Amino acid sequence: MPFLEIVEITKKFGEFTALDKVSLQVHEGELVCFLGPSGCGKTTLLRAIAGLDIQTSGHIFQRGKEISNLPPTERDFGIVFQSYALFPNLTVEKNVGYGLVSNKMGRKAVGERVAELLDMVGLPDSGSKYPAALSGGQQQRVALARALATSPGMLLLDEPLSALDAKVRVRLRHEIKELQRQLGVTTVMVTHDQEEALSMADRIVVMNDGVIEQVGTPTEIYREPDSLFVANFVGEMNQLSGVAAGPHTVQLGTATLSSQSHGLETGTKGIVSIRPEDVIPHGPGARSPGAPDELSDIQNAFDGTIQEMEFLGSYWRARITGGLLDGDSLIADFSMNAVRRMSLAEGKTIKIELPSDRLRLFLGDDKGPEA
Amino acid sequence: MTALDQPRSLIPGPLSTLQRIRNLGTESWIMLAGIVSLCAALLALLVMPLYSLLSKAVEDDKGAFVGLANFQEYFSSAGLVQSIGNSLTIAGLTMVIACVLAFIFAYGITRSCMPFKRTFRALATIPILAPSLLPAISLIYLLGNQGMIKGLLFGETIYGPIGIMIGMIFYIFPHVLMIMVTALSTTDARLYEAAEVLGAGPVRIFFTVTIPGAIYGIVSAAVIAFTLTITDFGVPKVIGGQYNVLATDIYKQVIGQQNFSMGAVVGLVLLLPAMFSFVIDRHVKKKQVALLSARAVPYHPKPHKVRDRALLAFCVLMSLFLIGILGTAAFASLVTFWPYDLSLTLAHYDFDAVDPNGWSSFYNSLKMASFTAVVGVVVIFLGAYFVEKGRGFGRLRSGFHMLAMLPMAVPGLVLGLAYIFFFSRPENPLSVMYSTMTILVLCTIVHFYTVSHLTMLTALKQIDKEFESVSASLKVPFYKTMLRVHVPICLPTISEVMMYLFVNAMTTVSAVVFIYSPDTKLAAISVLNMDDVGDTAEASAMAMIIVLTSVTAKLLHGLIMKSFTARHSAWRQRTG
Ligand SMILES: Nc1ncnc2c1ncn2[C@@H]1O[C@H](COP(=O)(O)OP(=O)(O)OP(=O)(O)O)[C@@H](O)[C@H]1O
Ligand SMILES: [Mg+2]
Repeated sequence: MPFLEIVEITKKFGEFTALDKVSLQVHEGELVCFLGPSGCGKTTLLRAIAGLDIQTSGHIFQRGKEISNLPPTERDFGIVFQSYALFPNLTVEKNVGYGLVSNKMGRKAVGERVAELLDMVGLPDSGSKYPAALSGGQQQRVALARALATSPGMLLLDEPLSALDAKVRVRLRHEIKELQRQLGVTTVMVTHDQEEALSMADRIVVMNDGVIEQVGTPTEIYREPDSLFVANFVGEMNQLSGVAAGPHTVQLGTATLSSQSHGLETGTKGIVSIRPEDVIPHGPGARSPGAPDELSDIQNAFDGTIQEMEFLGSYWRARITGGLLDGDSLIADFSMNAVRRMSLAEGKTIKIELPSDRLRLFLGDDKGPEA
Repeated sequence: MTALDQPRSLIPGPLSTLQRIRNLGTESWIMLAGIVSLCAALLALLVMPLYSLLSKAVEDDKGAFVGLANFQEYFSSAGLVQSIGNSLTIAGLTMVIACVLAFIFAYGITRSCMPFKRTFRALATIPILAPSLLPAISLIYLLGNQGMIKGLLFGETIYGPIGIMIGMIFYIFPHVLMIMVTALSTTDARLYEAAEVLGAGPVRIFFTVTIPGAIYGIVSAAVIAFTLTITDFGVPKVIGGQYNVLATDIYKQVIGQQNFSMGAVVGLVLLLPAMFSFVIDRHVKKKQVALLSARAVPYHPKPHKVRDRALLAFCVLMSLFLIGILGTAAFASLVTFWPYDLSLTLAHYDFDAVDPNGWSSFYNSLKMASFTAVVGVVVIFLGAYFVEKGRGFGRLRSGFHMLAMLPMAVPGLVLGLAYIFFFSRPENPLSVMYSTMTILVLCTIVHFYTVSHLTMLTALKQIDKEFESVSASLKVPFYKTMLRVHVPICLPTISEVMMYLFVNAMTTVSAVVFIYSPDTKLAAISVLNMDDVGDTAEASAMAMIIVLTSVTAKLLHGLIMKSFTARHSAWRQRTG
């Protein structure tokens, strides 16, 4: 039984449909990220789960019990907002203990629980401070402690890290993930930062325009995107115009390349995609054990010219034209190692391989949003 | 049972209203009950009285429907129609003069390096503390038949348009100034830098940057000036002489001639300009919001000798005018017989000697103002809270908000008149309140509702909108969080609104003049009555008592807030 099951949730604001028949299952103890561009409905879905904005239609079940129309007070969750929403006139202790007092715990028990929680989030000595005296990252931890105080069955996080600067953000990512794993609390987190989603989530739900595009583990989402949207939104992706030439082949310019099975009818125009880091350069000195003897034996390859190379720290990014590309250019990331071994440089023409298990064809003629 | 066992044929469709109501939690019920009661209260205390006024205008004195006959009668009476012209002229001229004076004063405060800016600002609030009758009485002392400096008028009489305008300028000055100061403070220094870099001279900058930047504020100030003037009753009543305006016509028709239907007609005529101004003001305010970007850099004036001295001279003169008017009333209340025997005496403060109600009207006022402040602030806070922080019931909430905006468009005289018609009917169960203190308190709260509501709303808007969500997730009912978090955070605004209500309740005449009873007579009405029967010195004395009460309240309020903030607001500082 899924911990949380969402069945065909639709949410309308007047005429505008913010969520369109969204269905999803969340399992006990996992951390699920809602990922998508601004305005795609992530927050709306999270608020529907919390009961803060009740859906227009559809059902929500928690542990098999229907909670679709329960007010938030009768649901079982803790929530952290982007703004943290700490009560400024209450001390950190009072904030963390806010939900405990009313649960008729003894004063002493509340004190102990608050101390335990503050310890857990690494702020054992800040109990008597007011929120304004804390840094952003510290406020965020207090908000987390407050949400966890009542030991809710589910933790909801709406862009919890987006108000922090980059360094703190990266550190807190790990801390939250660690805490979540420790407590085993089922967590739903909203973010529009793909790195955050990839590094924290057990599963990612990619959303666009009020619908779910794909649900999967971070590696699935990254390596096997189901749609051009997902391919573009997560990570970087080359998009080249192509035509379906068979169930496992695409035609790119004049060449026919083998690709992942794409399910498009032969002759359909589409977008051929491959990630820059999956492009393999072959040049003199590229020989590695087991590689074909002759460059011309390499499958799925063509001759391309390196137009530009840009040094990006740990790798080089190259723009390649020529051959099959038919005016398009291909972005490829080459390791330092490869660049050195093959003496890759601007103006050089080399053999470029597009491995068939990384090459995909998607329906669509426009090139979708830039990632 | 797992979710999958649920009958899937149950196609998720929109919930019916009935289902939604059944699903309401306890808290939603409390909230619903709160909003509904507030809506009901404003309906009963504002909308229904106004409706009575409307229907009275199409009835004769016996209550029979006569269609537009009353309007015909009104418009065929040359004297009454003349008042429309008079009112518009006075309001128009006062508006222009007050706006120019307030603009220059505000310019000095915000855009110059003259000294004593804070003092000027404080002095300019003097008129708020007094009933509008006070400037009129003072002007009579100074420029009336026995006036000390009546030579300044070169033979013109103060009893008429000139007196009304000067009195009104005094009375509305702080209101107009406040808007002008805001308009001139919210500016972006970078615009001036840009203009300077592009080689614009000071005159060009003034007309291409300063004025356009403040234009919405100026329009708003003009509208307020116009409305306050056309609807005020105290000044023209005391100093208007034979010069009739709409406000005094209502009073004469109703109190003088007991012609209620005609009073209702004049009330409706007066409602028009007020409504019109209200619409313009709303419109302008909406535009104003977008004007200032969040990244604006505050403007800091640079010293400029000639400009600063000229502005200083102007502000000194204006302050002398304000102090002079107040001082005259104070002085006149303390001398034996103006202007012949100027020996000091407290005899005029022995109100019991000249007025059957004597000092009791002052105690009534104190009581009324205190109740208005306390009851009013609770209601206004709850109303604003429901509008801003409520969950669900969207239409009800915005409906209430619209009701709360309405009082601004209803002049006090019209409200008071409407109350007579509505509450004096024996068949109305609410008529038990008629001629009680309760109705005075409720009427005053309604009269000053809009400004308080908007102030409270602004304060609540600045509070994180997720507090309710957090509170719900922690299973703490919203009203607990409201008391523990929202009220403490809003405390400065709460006390400010209480102050506003208190001072206005002390000084108001227009609405309550129709609905007080001998037992509930108020101090400001005593001023009016004593002036009416010629006890002018006593009237001044009572007006001074009102001023002193307002000042004391303000000082006390300042002190209490200061010590309270010191003890309970550690969280407002960034040091922990
Ligand atoms: N109360 C509301 N009334 C009208 N439209 C709304 C309301 N709340 C959200 N929307 C609309 O619904 C859509 C989805 O909003 P939502 O807040 O869920 O987006 P999001 O995915 O969280 O985006 P972001 O990353 O910007 O937070 C948006 O187009 C938004 O304008
Ligand atoms: Mg969002």
